[in-house]
Amino acid sequence: MVDDTELTAALAADLDAGFVDVVRVHQRSVYSVALRLAAPADAQDLAAEVFLRAYRALRGYDGVRIRELRLRPWLLTILRNAARNSARDASRRPAPPPAAEPVEKPAPGPSVEQQVEQADTARELGTVLGQLPDVQRLAVVLRHVAGLPTVEVAEVLGCPEGTAKSHISRGLQRLRALLCAESGVGKGVR
Amino acid sequence: MVTDSDPVADALGELAVAAPSGLAGKVFSSWLQAPSRIGAVFVAFTSDGVDYVRTAGSAEEFQDRYRDRFGRPLRPARRAPRGLLPALRGRSASALRLDLHGLSDFERDVLAATRRISAGQTRPYGWVAREAGRPRAVRAVGSVLARNPVPLLVPCHRVVRADGRAGDYLFGTSRKEELLRAEDVDVDEVRALAAAGVHYVGSATTGVVCFPTCHHARRITPAHRHGFARIAAALSAGYRPCRHCRPAVAEPA
Repeated sequence: MVDDTELTAALAADLDAGFVDVVRVHQRSVYSVALRLAAPADAQDLAAEVFLRAYRALRGYDGVRIRELRLRPWLLTILRNAARNSARDASRRPAPPPAAEPVEKPAPGPSVEQQVEQADTARELGTVLGQLPDVQRLAVVLRHVAGLPTVEVAEVLGCPEGTAKSHISRGLQRLRALLCAESGVGKGVR
Repeated sequence: MVTDSDPVADALGELAVAAPSGLAGKVFSSWLQAPSRIGAVFVAFTSDGVDYVRTAGSAEEFQDRYRDRFGRPLRPARRAPRGLLPALRGRSASALRLDLHGLSDFERDVLAATRRISAGQTRPYGWVAREAGRPRAVRAVGSVLARNPVPLLVPCHRVVRADGRAGDYLFGTSRKEELLRAEDVDVDEVRALAAAGVHYVGSATTGVVCFPTCHHARRITPAHRHGFARIAAALSAGYRPCRHCRPAVAEPA
């Protein structure tokens, strides 16, 4: 993974050229978290919106401010706000017709059985994640899906690190309880 | 405390997936420089279509103006969108995909009406206003076309003043006239007709009334040509408005 220092230095030197690398390096995290905050059909648009908002903000920043940015928590904070806004907008509008976007093909590699099992697990996890309170879900997703260190999770949530840790562990506990309730003891994940 | 071997945490890690290949394309616009009927132009496009055409002294100048107007990052295009290069050279742009997302409904309606004007023909600003559904917004049409993000592709040079003069153009009035002459518009005749108070031409044989540049009007032989200052006069003389150039909305029969 490219270091933030390299990325921000490139951004400060040439915003558009540097931004190509920012998108390339961070699109996986942003998209993976977006998938957990929006409907699957909207996740790509939400992720694109995050990068556009980031770009528009960067245009107003001077070189010093750009070099001080920690890109991943900054981008995910933008995502958090964008998801909140689009959820608010959606609640004011009638639901759109179901999206006709093709489902992403699973990557080649594991056997069909493994894929099915993985897909089942993922779907189940996705469903129960949706049942967590917003802040716990976001904390868990940032820590364990996007793999952020707790200090960055705290930055995105805008809370002290201790609070972020407790959101993460409570979220995980709740998640385990929900998974057990869904599938009975012994089934579920693993 | 979360440990590395936590099965739920591991399963959550599996939810991290690669971003779809089209994501960067939704963020970045592409730009290129291409020859056109008015010389080299810069063009920008998104995954939805072309959204900006301008002349500029340098690529940097074009890029700055694009970023100021659209707030999107640019990267060099790998190739031109299908149909762009022929359209810039003067072939029909009607099948070319345009991205007009950032515009208001009225702006889009104005550009859509303008796009329907065939090569070699002109329409007054008032016609565009009526076609866009706001017949009295003639000046507003002028403002929208002065900011046309995609000139040449949406042929705003074919929208002219009612007095027969070409009127303003974002690439300059003389360019506008050159483009029209190159499309075989008889600019001088249109101006002479307008000076004589003729804004519509009817055919005594077909009973159809047109704008003077309509291809139907141009086929009328001089003996059967009747000029009108106002469309109402033609209608009350029994003429039917042409369905192609639509000098007036046809009255229901």
